[in-house]
Amino acid sequence: MADREDFVEQAMQYASHLYPVALRMTRNRADAEDLVQETYLKAWRSFTTFHEGTNLRAWLFRIMTNTFINNYRAKQRRPDEEGLEEVEDLYLYRRLNTFDQSRMSASAEDQMMDLFPDEDIPEALEALPEVFRMPVLLADVEGFSYKEIADILDVPIGTVMSRLSRGRKAMHKSLYEYAVRRGLTQPPAGDARTDQSTTN
Amino acid sequence: MSNCDETLEELQRFLDKELPDGMLQSIQTHLGACTDCLQAFEFHAELRTVIARKVLAEEMPDGVLDKIRGCFGDDLTEDKP
Repeated sequence: MADREDFVEQAMQYASHLYPVALRMTRNRADAEDLVQETYLKAWRSFTTFHEGTNLRAWLFRIMTNTFINNYRAKQRRPDEEGLEEVEDLYLYRRLNTFDQSRMSASAEDQMMDLFPDEDIPEALEALPEVFRMPVLLADVEGFSYKEIADILDVPIGTVMSRLSRGRKAMHKSLYEYAVRRGLTQPPAGDARTDQSTTN
Repeated sequence: MSNCDETLEELQRFLDKELPDGMLQSIQTHLGACTDCLQAFEFHAELRTVIARKVLAEEMPDGVLDKIRGCFGDDLTEDKP
């Protein structure tokens, strides 16, 4: 890259992406701010090692991920692989589908925005053990490819795919449980369904 | 053309845009003919959009960008001519 000024202009545009992901990694604002700041400082110091034409956003996320793993994770030693239960395929879809088909009409996306209040999605993400949370954030929020995520996290592509699959399913299950808890949806037939005559 | 099980099996790789061309076509053909699978795919595509929107809605507090630029400045003063 030509010079540091160019680097600043190009790199700073990704701050609005790094911060929300940092917040879900660290789970608190003060640490998220520090993490983003530290990421930029490291990037700034090593910008000569960045090759123009490679993906600057992926490079910044790799720095941020490594910084997070090295600095903010000291307490959490075990990889947490076993800590996540297996969830069946289409868990959330099959449950919401029975309830919401009638309401999910004009704009399904808006309906879904309403179904999960603002805090539910961050909470479901943060509930994921870190090895699952990182690939889910990088894929679902940032849209990185499997190859990019494998490079950022330094794990094989097969591992990225299996962690994404398990992590997403566990997250969907949490979202469903939150929705039930809030009374935003009802458990499907079989688990104590409310009598139709008493609804509304 | 893939059947329902094969199609749902590839839901993740499809939404992640990671399917090889041949398989992508086979899945798309099935989705064109099967409303049930199409609905499941659309649900997950929308869910993903919602997840990204909700997470990215978190704005960086004012002043953080300036603080970062400030760091660059401090760091640079050493090697300024």
